[in-house]
Amino acid sequence: MSFNLTFIGQSIAFFVFWWFCQAKVWPLFANILEQRRQKIADGLEAGARGEKDLELAQASVIKQLKEVKARAATIIDQANKRASQIVDEAKDQAREEGQRIIAGAKAEIKQEFNRAKESLREQVSAIAIAGAEKILESSIDQAANEEMLSKLAAEL
Amino acid sequence: MAELAEAAHAAVDNGAAALTVQEYITHHLAYLTYGRHVDGSWGLAHTPDEAMDMGFWSIHVDTLGWSIFIGAAFLLFFRYIGKRATVDTPGGMQNFVEMIFEFVDARVAEGFNGKNPLIAPLALTIFVWIILMNTMDLVPVDWITGLASLVGEYVFGLEHMAFKIVPTTDVNITMGMSLSVFALILYYSIKMKGVGGFLRELAFHPFGKWMLPFNLIIEVPTLLAKPISLGLRLFGNLYAGELLFLLIASMLGIVQLPAHFVWAVFHLLVIPLQAFVFMMLTIVYLNAAHETRDH
Repeated sequence: MSFNLTFIGQSIAFFVFWWFCQAKVWPLFANILEQRRQKIADGLEAGARGEKDLELAQASVIKQLKEVKARAATIIDQANKRASQIVDEAKDQAREEGQRIIAGAKAEIKQEFNRAKESLREQVSAIAIAGAEKILESSIDQAANEEMLSKLAAEL
Repeated sequence: MAELAEAAHAAVDNGAAALTVQEYITHHLAYLTYGRHVDGSWGLAHTPDEAMDMGFWSIHVDTLGWSIFIGAAFLLFFRYIGKRATVDTPGGMQNFVEMIFEFVDARVAEGFNGKNPLIAPLALTIFVWIILMNTMDLVPVDWITGLASLVGEYVFGLEHMAFKIVPTTDVNITMGMSLSVFALILYYSIKMKGVGGFLRELAFHPFGKWMLPFNLIIEVPTLLAKPISLGLRLFGNLYAGELLFLLIASMLGIVQLPAHFVWAVFHLLVIPLQAFVFMMLTIVYLNAAHETRDH
């Protein structure tokens, strides 16, 4: 147990190992741990950012949903209005059409009636003339009485 | 297994040249020493006495060799892991090394307030190196030493060749490290505070400049005690642990099996603790050396 060169040798080894460790070993791990720390920090930051984005997205979705609902409501409203308008218009048209048809029918009926009256009158006048002819027989001149007969026909 | 090898070794010894307990322990506490013989020639010492006679110009081939081997193996292994390490998901060994790295880094962050990027690598080197050197104490005392003795006897013709495998049971190793730390304390004290600042700290603290002699009496031994206590604490703990393993191996016969186990379990606490203490004190001392403000 005496001091000798071993002591010097160990001291040299000590400094050599220290140098090697600080130059060739320590930086490797320091570097890797720093990189990993950075990566984790980035990951956490990205996570926080994602969460925030999600929050914003949710808020925006809610807002949009509200808008869409409002728009849908107005659209439905308008549609309802339009529908009732169309129905009203259709009713009006139908009424008008009906009245027009009725009016046409009435006019036709009137025409028919007139035509029937005319024909009846003609037939009556013809019958009257024929009767008068029978009554008067030959004494009556057709041409001389034409005017009187026409007046009679018009009066009927 | 350890104990079986032990018993086999003892049996061989009993059959051939039986060792007494004292011889056994002396053999195990001796170093494989290379140095300058008394006659001026260089070579391996054949006996502990011969090693003693070599004095300063000798080197413990076994402890220094193991120390350098262990240190180099640890650093190269860490570098190998570091080279292959990935940022994403660390695998088993990378995880393990990173755990040690972060442990040491955290201790340095707590204990060292200065800005010196060299302190953390120093702490890592010290911590892992000492832990591994201490761990050699758990290798059964006769495995490698016994094998080396056989190799020494039949290959090199050295009878009872000594071969210690626990570097931290060699005071040269522990003091080599603690005095290196001391050199760093002095270097950084002077670098950070200047020679004047460093001397002022020794002379004018803690009682002010009118009590200068008392200050010196307090501060100088305090300073010198740092490396000595640092080195001898580690040495003492490990030497005592090794000695107890040797006593168990040499005196207890078959009872050594459980005794070894029990002591090894206790020793499992000592091994990392002493490495940790050495590292922490190094950090604390160097922190004080970097401290520039008066207190």
